[in-house]
Amino acid sequence: MDAIILQILNGLDKGSAYALIALGLTLIFGTLGVVNFAHGALFMIGAFCAVTLSKLLNASYTTIDETKTDFLGNPLKVETPYVMDWFGPEAGAAIIDWSVPLAILFAIPIMILIGVIMERGLIKHFYARPHADQILVTFGLAIVLQEIIKYYFGANPIPTPAPDAFTGSFDFGQLIGFEANQIIYPYWRLVYFAFAAVVIGAVFAFLQFTTFGMVVRAGMSDRETVELLGININRRFTIMFGIAAAVAGLAGVMYVPINPPNYHMGMDFLVLSFVVVVVGGMGSLPGAVFAGFLLGILESFASMGAVIDVLPGINQIIIYLVAIVILLTRPRGLMGRKGVMEE
Amino acid sequence: MSKSNLTRRGVLKTGTLAGAGLAVPTIFTSRAHAFTNEPTGGTVTLGFNVPQTGPYADEGADELRAYELAVEHLNGGGDGGMLNTFSSDALEGAGILGNKVEYVTGDTQTKSDAARASAKSMIEKDGAIMITGGSSSGVAVAVQALCQEAGVIFMSGLTHSNDTTGKDKRANGFRHFFNSYMSGAALAPVLEANYGSDRKAYHLTADYNWGYTTEEAIVSSTEAMGWETVNTVKTPLTQTDFSSYIAPVLQSGADVLVLNHYGGNMVNSLTNAVQFGLRDKMVNGKQFEIVVPLYSRLMARGAGENVKGIFGSTNWHWSLTDAGSKAFVKSFGEKYGFPPSQAAHTCYVQTLLYADAVQRAGSFEPCAVVEALEDFEFDGLGNGPTLYRAEDHQCFKDVLVVKGKENPQSEFDLLEIVEKTPVEQVTYAPDHPQFSGGSLGTCNNGG
Repeated sequence: MDAIILQILNGLDKGSAYALIALGLTLIFGTLGVVNFAHGALFMIGAFCAVTLSKLLNASYTTIDETKTDFLGNPLKVETPYVMDWFGPEAGAAIIDWSVPLAILFAIPIMILIGVIMERGLIKHFYARPHADQILVTFGLAIVLQEIIKYYFGANPIPTPAPDAFTGSFDFGQLIGFEANQIIYPYWRLVYFAFAAVVIGAVFAFLQFTTFGMVVRAGMSDRETVELLGININRRFTIMFGIAAAVAGLAGVMYVPINPPNYHMGMDFLVLSFVVVVVGGMGSLPGAVFAGFLLGILESFASMGAVIDVLPGINQIIIYLVAIVILLTRPRGLMGRKGVMEE
Repeated sequence: MSKSNLTRRGVLKTGTLAGAGLAVPTIFTSRAHAFTNEPTGGTVTLGFNVPQTGPYADEGADELRAYELAVEHLNGGGDGGMLNTFSSDALEGAGILGNKVEYVTGDTQTKSDAARASAKSMIEKDGAIMITGGSSSGVAVAVQALCQEAGVIFMSGLTHSNDTTGKDKRANGFRHFFNSYMSGAALAPVLEANYGSDRKAYHLTADYNWGYTTEEAIVSSTEAMGWETVNTVKTPLTQTDFSSYIAPVLQSGADVLVLNHYGGNMVNSLTNAVQFGLRDKMVNGKQFEIVVPLYSRLMARGAGENVKGIFGSTNWHWSLTDAGSKAFVKSFGEKYGFPPSQAAHTCYVQTLLYADAVQRAGSFEPCAVVEALEDFEFDGLGNGPTLYRAEDHQCFKDVLVVKGKENPQSEFDLLEIVEKTPVEQVTYAPDHPQFSGGSLGTCNNGG
């Protein structure tokens, strides 16, 4: 029982990342009808927004410490971050420590801007083209973005830890009556899950309870009628692209303490996120979120030793296996609508 | 009246033979020289096959820096680096046998097929007489086999699997880097001294050749000192989040987690293990511990503060204070502004060892170079007295046990040396079970 609870918890944070990326993918597909293979790269760029802010906050001036030497035997250059001078050592250290949560504010405008530039500068030219063309151009864009990040940040992962207050783990098992050390769960993964829930809730609330969201939903259902009413739906869809980019970016920002980011991290999530979208049902926002958590939890279960002993290699194919079964029984996915990508 | 002997059958036969002849790669047919890519025109070309793209590109870049430095020193440039401390005085900074050293590079992409293709191109098109480099055992084994067939020498870069000089060893291939067995033999006494002999270990192992040999070596050496192996779990090489593998560790009753991972796998699995608070737990009345058998400073940077206090092994470290290491760190540091990695060190040393062997042999002929390298004893290259054993072409030298540093002075100061395990302790018989199943065969001059 404890093993099952543990794997459900593990699946929640992985599922949170899948759900956030798949939500953005579905928003773009639902509004603009574009299959965006650069969406994983947006997740990665979000992560590197956190890295960039961390580096900016650590921008330092150099002093020479004559009492110590560097690896060549020269007097040691000591780097002191400017923020420690400006705000004092303790407050400065606290600001640096909280660089990842602060990066949320830093990343939102950047990601919206990147999303809008991406849509206006490149993707809008492919609206009328077949999905295969869209896939090729967005996949190419993803590789370009990946190489740009590698050029500036290198190929190695860059450690960007969570604030000290959220390091370590808590004993969830003891809370519900199990022995010590049976169900432990890192604080930051809990934060990630809660953050994902808030972002998902905010996106749904925005679409459901604002006039802007209502128009977007109307446009998703019947674009021509909305345009006939004199509403510039294209402009709203461009903004939605920016919001979808921001959702993927925020998923990336908060993910960096879980695994140190590298230039390739977007690709690692992209394929699985597409499977999530297809399983959830193309164009279905609740389907994307539900399938994200479902597949995240199933993936965790498939990694259990007891399961691998019975079915070797199941951990590597479980998501695709489930996708096949679901698509055979429900060809439009779990919550797919008739007519989407079926012309 | 003339009579033609041309028949349909004859044309087919001739065409087939000609086609087959053309289809055979030129590296197997060019008999104009005594051996493959015999240098002409006062220059000799070396082929540096390193990961320039992909996840190990930073390590590959460091290897390339070391190779460029080695070429500079061989041609008499710079401060001479380790040529000044090398026990052999055959090299004089005048190229190799009077030939100016030039080089070409290839991108292994850390993929065996891509690495073979780039090595083949450097041999066939660029005339490389020796291939060296790489950051993976899969690549090393694949390229070593190609070089054997082509008749050129292969001086491997970073490859730690037992198989490179075990079941997959080749007469034309040589490894300076240490291996999984040596890591196990060096680590076990340090682990026993620090954590005791009554421990329960849980292994997470990368699901490929290097992972298997490292797991086997560590299990064997730790069980020999009394540890119990609770479980060994293979993790996919493409895994990025290890939480579902780490979460069951505490439930297993283990009090030590061994991460047989390298590169990005190591960074993520170690980060995840620390996140789960494993190191803060008391299990079986003991502090829970994590061990990383193969450390790389470049990779350790990715794991940040999580490496603090964690034991592992390494082939070389820039903080060594012997004359050879100091000379290399000075040359490299002044040229590039930061200390070299262990990958850079082994690549630099391999280039010097090859050049020295040619110089001593008085010939570039691969079989003469093999003879010069076999049972060659040397010193002054950063690892103390070292032997290139003839039976398997493996270097035998002291092995460093390191620990993640608690109070680093700089971004490079991540590991501290806790033990220099003497070579006698890590030496094994050529027919040791962990290395059985292969044969060097005979050297191949190609030609």
